[in-house]
Amino acid sequence: MSVDFSVPPYAYSGRVYGSILNHQASIDALGDEMFDVPYKNPPSAPILYVKPRNTLARSGSVMAVPSTHDVLQINGCLGLVIGETASRVTRTSAISHLAGYTAVIDVSVPHHNFYRPSVRFKALDGSCVVGELRQRDEISDPNKLLIKVAIDRDIQQEVSLGACVRDVEQLLVDVTEFMTLQPGDILLTGLSVGAPEVKRDQIASISIGGIGDVSVGFDSERVNA
Amino acid sequence: MKMARVAYSGAIHKAFPDEYGVRLDDGRIVSETDVVWLTPFDVQTIIALGLNYADHVKELSKELTITEKDEPLVFLKGSNSVIGHRGHTRRPRGVAFMHYECELAVIIGPPAKNVNAANAMNHVAGYTVCNDYAIRDYLENYYRPNLRVKSRDGGTVLGPWFVDATDVADPHELVLRTRVNGKITQEGSTSNMVNRIPELIEYLSSFMTLGPGDVILTGTPEGVVNVNEGDEIITEIDGIGSLSNTIVGDGTFGIDDA
Repeated sequence: MSVDFSVPPYAYSGRVYGSILNHQASIDALGDEMFDVPYKNPPSAPILYVKPRNTLARSGSVMAVPSTHDVLQINGCLGLVIGETASRVTRTSAISHLAGYTAVIDVSVPHHNFYRPSVRFKALDGSCVVGELRQRDEISDPNKLLIKVAIDRDIQQEVSLGACVRDVEQLLVDVTEFMTLQPGDILLTGLSVGAPEVKRDQIASISIGGIGDVSVGFDSERVNA
Repeated sequence: MKMARVAYSGAIHKAFPDEYGVRLDDGRIVSETDVVWLTPFDVQTIIALGLNYADHVKELSKELTITEKDEPLVFLKGSNSVIGHRGHTRRPRGVAFMHYECELAVIIGPPAKNVNAANAMNHVAGYTVCNDYAIRDYLENYYRPNLRVKSRDGGTVLGPWFVDATDVADPHELVLRTRVNGKITQEGSTSNMVNRIPELIEYLSSFMTLGPGDVILTGTPEGVVNVNEGDEIITEIDGIGSLSNTIVGDGTFGIDDA
């Protein structure tokens, strides 16, 4: 079950944290709902989720889709790969704690209510597809990156990191205020609204200019006899 | 068998209960205050239950919008939050309500996927005690309880002992208790769990593969009270262990006055 992500000089730790409502479009999509029950207020601190180790997969893998679901949602994410222990970092030092970046596909069960942590929708086996590490210094400004999401090679969504509520630096500041991130940990910059959906026998891929590509196929879950 | 992992005299050891303290794997018997207690197993995915005791649900009923008939309220915690017995947990300056939660921690052994409740206990390797802290000031109604409340550094205290599953006759007949500075503030029984361990394993393994070292924190009974800097919190479960933690302030972590 363990996935070897040894990418010299860093190995991913297998700890992946994602964030929601960090794209302005996602905030706009909820709109006035944020002032109503159950949310009552817009979020103030980063809203995070965990992709546990059973979700980790390499690019090119095939995910088994449980029989309980017909469609899954493809979230193209930029993964910030921690290089130095990051605890209560400042804006100016934030980027220096990174080893680099990677493209990550977060496969989720589509859900439109964000009140409860939704582990059942986020923790399917093989639902966090992680690419190769791109060294930090190769990217001049991560906040200018563009994520293209394709289903069967047809581009269906483009997400600009420039539209984030918290840019890369601020996300690291606000998360490490309460969580120390360790080398190899990955923090995803956030999901955007309008993520495309896939069915069995399709292939999802994302491409982040300057970072790389990641793909994952989908098949039926084989139930052991 | 009960086993711990400790650091002593420059190395990490297995340790076992002894009438004069703890017995290390190399035969030395030392005081339990002379060792540094690590978590008793290599902690992998941390799965926590909210609202899994009927009495605790009642305690929080004013702020709840769900009933105990809904599916289990499960959330995940980060490994940054994990510390061992006798560790220190920071209470940020200015918060009003930080509380402990005494919980039975179920440690998974053989991998579990699509397991029926009837077979689920075969996948339990053992048990330990967890103090699963929360700071309610930081609650937000998105993926609630959000990680800023539940997954803070030092917010998941585990230990002192790994207790073999075979040594626990019935994990649903255990008394849980919390003492703050010696005074009992929380007392309950694992018999009051809303979703019991086999059902939790069946539920979780229906969508994710559980693996060795994954841990299920099974929720807390009623009796959570605010704790302050300097308080010693002992969460204990009869037959499993007695887990100590001390609350420290921002100054300990070099955080200046705002």
